[in-house]
Amino acid sequence: MSLIDLANPTRFLALSARLLPWLAGATIILLAIGLYQSALAPDDYQQGATVKIMFIHVPNAWLSMFVWGVMSIASLGTLVWRHPLADVAAKAAAPIGASFTFLALLTGSLWGRPMWGTYWEWDARLTSVLILFLMYLGLMALWRAVDDPSRAARAAAVLTLVGAINLPIIKFSVDWWNTLHQPASVMRMGGSTLDKSFLIPLLVMAIAFTLLFVTLHLAAMRNEILRRRVRSLQMMQASRVAFSSELSTGSREENASKGAA
Amino acid sequence: MMSLGPYAPFIVTSYAAAALVVVILIGWIVLDYRSQTGRLRELERSGVTRRSARSSTDRP
Repeated sequence: MSLIDLANPTRFLALSARLLPWLAGATIILLAIGLYQSALAPDDYQQGATVKIMFIHVPNAWLSMFVWGVMSIASLGTLVWRHPLADVAAKAAAPIGASFTFLALLTGSLWGRPMWGTYWEWDARLTSVLILFLMYLGLMALWRAVDDPSRAARAAAVLTLVGAINLPIIKFSVDWWNTLHQPASVMRMGGSTLDKSFLIPLLVMAIAFTLLFVTLHLAAMRNEILRRRVRSLQMMQASRVAFSSELSTGSREENASKGAA
Repeated sequence: MMSLGPYAPFIVTSYAAAALVVVILIGWIVLDYRSQTGRLRELERSGVTRRSARSSTDRP
């Protein structure tokens, strides 16, 4: 099945109905394995048991950027290829991405207090992620502010693509500026600096959270397609009511003019 | 029994917050699905149907 085939919302609904139970099952299994491995991971020689926060902080931080990346590709789909499901995908991803970003900020803050001695510091990494979170909220507000989905889609797509500039800033902020946040330790030139006892649970949790995103995104896209169907049926119903009231007014006027004659 | 040391509240709060946010997300999506399918059913019951649905039912 190609991307063009999925341009048909009905076909997409049928495919998502088939995929969702499998994706949900795989997510639950991987999350259970990841949580079990995280619980068994040894304490870090410097950070002690707080290293366990890494297993949920890092996947959420990765996903906060990944989801914006997905929305950026979907925005290109809206503006360039005019794919009918592109804006559905972008709109459905925003609240999920905002949730992951919120969790990255919250868990990072809870990790920072015992390790850095502060919940918050206006350093480049933390500030750029906070900006990403605010952009998610702005995008969600924009979708709600414009009634017509196609007009909202174009405005949101432009905003998403402009906001994508923040992604490399977040990624390289720890290299470009002197930050309290540690530099990259997994995705870096020369390989990961993490020991296998931390790296394996972290990767399992990252895959599990990514699967969670895919599952939730598919379900949210399905909801958005249904919402648009409801909207078009309501508009159809409203135009029918207007048409029938026009007809009855017209026939009343005709009768009145016949009576007068 | 796993020992989380003196920073246990920070670790437990992190995991609990992640669980809570994920549960809220799932709950919101499930309720939204029920609401949209309910509204669709109501509209179809009142006789408003999509063209594609009409053409498939009109077929002999």
